[in-house]
Amino acid sequence: MSTDSAVWPSTGLASRPLVDTLHEWITTVDHKRLGILYMAYALLFLVVGGIEAAIMRVQLLRPHNDFVSPQVFNRLFTMHGTTMIFFVLMPLAFGFANYLVPLMTGARDMAFPRLNAFSFWLTAFGGLLLYFSLIGANGLYGAGNAPDVGWFAYAPLTSKTFSVGHSTDFWTLALLVSGFGSIGTAINLITTILCMRCPGMTLGKMPLLAWLNLVMSGMVILAVSPLTAAQLMLLVDRYLGGHFFDTQAGGSAVIWMHFFWIFGHPEVYVLVLPAFAFASEIIPVFSRKAIFGYPVMVAATICIGFVAMSVWAHHMFTVGLSSNANTFFVLSTMAIAVPTGIKIFNWLATMWGGKIEFKTPMLFCIGFLFQFLIAGLTGIMLGAAPFDWQLGSSYFVVAHFHYVIVGGILFTTFGAFYYWFPKMSGKMYSEALGRLHFWLFLIGFHLTFDFMHIPGMLGMPRRIYTYEPDRGWDIWNLVVSIGVVFQTLGIGFFLTNLIWSYFRGRVAGSDPWDAWTLEWSTTSPPPAYNFASIPRVKSRRPLWDLKHPDDPDWKYE
Amino acid sequence: MQWEYSARGRVAMFGLIAAEAAIFTIFVVAYIFYIGKSLTGPTPKDVLSVPIFYTICLLSSSVTIHVAVKALSKGNVRGFGAWWLATITLGTAFMYGTVTEWHRLIYQEGLTISKNLFGTTYYSLVGLHGFHVIVGLVGLSMIAILTLRGNVRTAHAERVDVFSLYWHFVDAVWVVVFTVVYVLGR
Repeated sequence: MSTDSAVWPSTGLASRPLVDTLHEWITTVDHKRLGILYMAYALLFLVVGGIEAAIMRVQLLRPHNDFVSPQVFNRLFTMHGTTMIFFVLMPLAFGFANYLVPLMTGARDMAFPRLNAFSFWLTAFGGLLLYFSLIGANGLYGAGNAPDVGWFAYAPLTSKTFSVGHSTDFWTLALLVSGFGSIGTAINLITTILCMRCPGMTLGKMPLLAWLNLVMSGMVILAVSPLTAAQLMLLVDRYLGGHFFDTQAGGSAVIWMHFFWIFGHPEVYVLVLPAFAFASEIIPVFSRKAIFGYPVMVAATICIGFVAMSVWAHHMFTVGLSSNANTFFVLSTMAIAVPTGIKIFNWLATMWGGKIEFKTPMLFCIGFLFQFLIAGLTGIMLGAAPFDWQLGSSYFVVAHFHYVIVGGILFTTFGAFYYWFPKMSGKMYSEALGRLHFWLFLIGFHLTFDFMHIPGMLGMPRRIYTYEPDRGWDIWNLVVSIGVVFQTLGIGFFLTNLIWSYFRGRVAGSDPWDAWTLEWSTTSPPPAYNFASIPRVKSRRPLWDLKHPDDPDWKYE
Repeated sequence: MQWEYSARGRVAMFGLIAAEAAIFTIFVVAYIFYIGKSLTGPTPKDVLSVPIFYTICLLSSSVTIHVAVKALSKGNVRGFGAWWLATITLGTAFMYGTVTEWHRLIYQEGLTISKNLFGTTYYSLVGLHGFHVIVGLVGLSMIAILTLRGNVRTAHAERVDVFSLYWHFVDAVWVVVFTVVYVLGR
């Protein structure tokens, strides 16, 4: 395998006019640039969605607060949820997949570079469409408003009767458009992973990141499409006078719930599989050990992919399903804990006996292990129908899924940012700022989301804009809101670190972590063609083989 | 297990077909769920007649497109063009059948998409399928124009074959739609 990528003389990019550089970025079909565009776009929306969350926490700081009106509060939680799922986490997942999958599988680009660019711009347009509702939702009447139907937009809230104007239409179209983008990228990723791997890289020798993204893409195809179908039905209802979700004409509001959650629950796994992918790459490198139980990890991933498609109605226990349906969805929900548990034990076994280096990416992954475990445990609690009847739609649920999304997904994604930042920018990030980010965010996360469980158990429903002082919720809401300050500071240091290190960081070199997968064999940042000559691999850790010719992995695999 | 680089068109088409199949599944489920739930008429039994002729047209277009692709891969471009045009004709005939059926339903039977649940689900499901037929016809026609201009050669057999997968899928969906709408639904 050749690792000596040709070193090209600096082409003096800095001296070129800004317009040229911008034009290059806008017309690019390079998977690395599109990956970075996805990530930059997601970080922008992370800040926007974070501000929305912060405003809500200010409103809930104390009882009878009137920082924002009830109407604005409804719009805030709708926009926060929609933004974070569709325009932060999905683009982050696709951004990293775009950047890393071709590099880690030894390909020069994705299978369909132009489809890739098209998908990104669809996603970007979807986000703009969602936020254009602030201006455009009331059309010519001037005062705009944002969608206020909640991120799962239950019928009949979305009917013309209860949602006048166009705010719901902006929500529908934004999700429809970005959904097409997601399906395009998913098809692209699957094709890339199946058809473009370098010689010698059989499916059993792919990095786990590629495996997890393969399963994630399959799930995107099967999960996002039902959402597309449901959004089309909603458009038929709203514009053509259809009755899909119109109970006055015999339609059913519950069928919207089914259609939404057939998308909605697999979506959680679509988002968490990339997080697993990051952990599966970062933990071995910083434990200085090969991943424990590679085949079992792959099997568990595929198992999660299948089981995740059959658990959706655990979001609907409080609706009143038949007892057979309840039993089925309780059992399938419990069952998915098994492959997930296998993964956690495999990561722990990877660390066991390893020479652990507590660098920032590893810190975030260790945080993930603890927090994802707790998130899984509260998930099992809520997966038991009787428990869910008590605590469904309470702050306990909000705490649970934020534990998954922030404590699980966002933590590993931060780890991934630090881990691959040297590859993407060619510069090292600041370890001190990274640690500061980790500790501040960890404290903020636990202040906010640990203590959010308690008002939930005390009966505080989600989505209320204020509450009475005598319920015993005051102190908990105060603590939850204080946590936001720490999280905001953490994010601030994170963004500062990225920007400062990009300009001032020391040069990273091609392989700062002494890692083992193919992306570290090329220069940092990689050239447009990735590899001067296509690598050939013989094991799951091609760079280990290269660095230890006396004791290569392929002898044992 | 190692796929060839050249298989990527086929893999991507199967990905697209999986996504489309999921979309159709949701519409079919909605249709089945709402069978007999309309609060007002007209009902499927009153107004639907089984479009056997046009169904035969569409299903046989799967055969003609298959023969066309086989001809092209053997280097018979003229045979390809002839069977390809036959496919377009059969597909167009099917759409003509849908148009006449909808015209009759709307103007004689008074069934519109907002009339009742049957109208909503019927026009959505059949319309979604019809939309896919039209997209397929546009694609077929583009290839037909290229063929008439003499641009299509044996080297393109693989790509044309990948496109034909989409057409086969559209036909297969019709089998499901037909069963649900005209057999189960009546």
